[in-house]
Amino acid sequence: MELTLTSRPALWRLARLDFDPVRNRPVLLYPEGAVLLNDTGAAILELVDGARTVADIVELLGQRYGTDVAADVTEYLSDLARRELIRDV
Amino acid sequence: MTSERPTTLLAELTHRCPLHCPYCSNPLEMVRAEGELSTDDWKRIFTQARGLGVLQLGLSGGEPLVRKDLEELATHARGLGLYSTLVTSGLGLTRPRAERLRDAGLEHIQISIQDADAEVAERIAGVRSVKQKRAAAALVKELGFAFTINVVLHRANLDRIGEIIDLAASLGADRLELANTQYYGWGLLNRASLMPTREQVERAQAVAREAMERYRGRMQMLFVLPDYYERYPKPCYGGWGKLYLVVSPDGRVLPCHGATQITTMTFENARDRSLEYIWHESAAFQAFRGDSWMKEPCRSCPRKTVDFGGCRCQAFALTGDAANTDPVCTLSPDRAMIDAAIGEPAAPAEYRYRVIASEPQRA
Repeated sequence: MELTLTSRPALWRLARLDFDPVRNRPVLLYPEGAVLLNDTGAAILELVDGARTVADIVELLGQRYGTDVAADVTEYLSDLARRELIRDV
Repeated sequence: MTSERPTTLLAELTHRCPLHCPYCSNPLEMVRAEGELSTDDWKRIFTQARGLGVLQLGLSGGEPLVRKDLEELATHARGLGLYSTLVTSGLGLTRPRAERLRDAGLEHIQISIQDADAEVAERIAGVRSVKQKRAAAALVKELGFAFTINVVLHRANLDRIGEIIDLAASLGADRLELANTQYYGWGLLNRASLMPTREQVERAQAVAREAMERYRGRMQMLFVLPDYYERYPKPCYGGWGKLYLVVSPDGRVLPCHGATQITTMTFENARDRSLEYIWHESAAFQAFRGDSWMKEPCRSCPRKTVDFGGCRCQAFALTGDAANTDPVCTLSPDRAMIDAAIGEPAAPAEYRYRVIASEPQRA
């Protein structure tokens, strides 16, 4: 599934963000699975709330990092959507 | 030593179970109630597992609900930050227990369904169970748990896969795991009665694929082919001692739930040693880690990083040497025994039911 700038992503109802103190990494946990995240991935997912659009998230992160992150954010979220961990609501 | 850290612990809290499924993944020789670990043992094991890097905990069995301390164990697991799944038959999941488990912080419940046809389902389970399972499923939904239904597929239910999928959806499952029987232990004992035909498998796969699209976004589906009908073996839990560990009801620590079938190996006990030591240092966990143990044809095979030579338990059960290539691999010199098993005439659906030794054999 491909998300666009107008998509409104939400985490799968059964997935939750957590922090793994052993690996010192953020992690997405869900039934029978775990995805270890890097800091960028976690920064994106922390802004995913089912209300913001992909464009909103791109703008917020663009300001934070001072660069255009539209392609990276869209691809990252689309990849998780293909794995059914992100939904377009 | 390994730098690998496990992500998943399967805690087989007990081998006791009200069901008698003839493909049970528990070993033929099961642990009796008096041999089970104590509540404190399990809590210590969960704490050690978390320290080792485990994120996912399966509370399994047997039927884990026969343990009266299940709620206490679930509370402890949640306190450690583990994501816990209860793997249950559904029998014994009363409202008070389900509510206590929810309050304990249990997040995910997996209930087994034997068939969409109630009569066949109960013949497989060896016990009246359909009504209780339906009630348990309704409770799981009502209380808002993440809900998976898992179904073991074999000759007697494979032709009803469409009805099974629709039943799971109507019960409100978030996830549906459709896994063909694995032929170890009880499954191997009953192989001639359980083995489907290739045509059955192909029809079922087509139905499952269509349903996966239809239910996309509503119910996540997983369809696991029978490995006898595959060209290459399964990458068993991502490789031996890499991501996964199992603690059996008596405390033995295993790289997979079938490993005690490798009777030439000794597994250390969590009563005597820490999980940290067993994971990193024990001979059993190092035996098939990486690829230096491999023989040909695995050793020079590019797929050795994909499927790790397949299943060590299957290699041992069928060839007598756990270091051999999994014989389901079409590159294995022993593949002929798999083809012979596929070609064997089907035995009638008369099962040797799962029982704990010294219980009277059913049927």
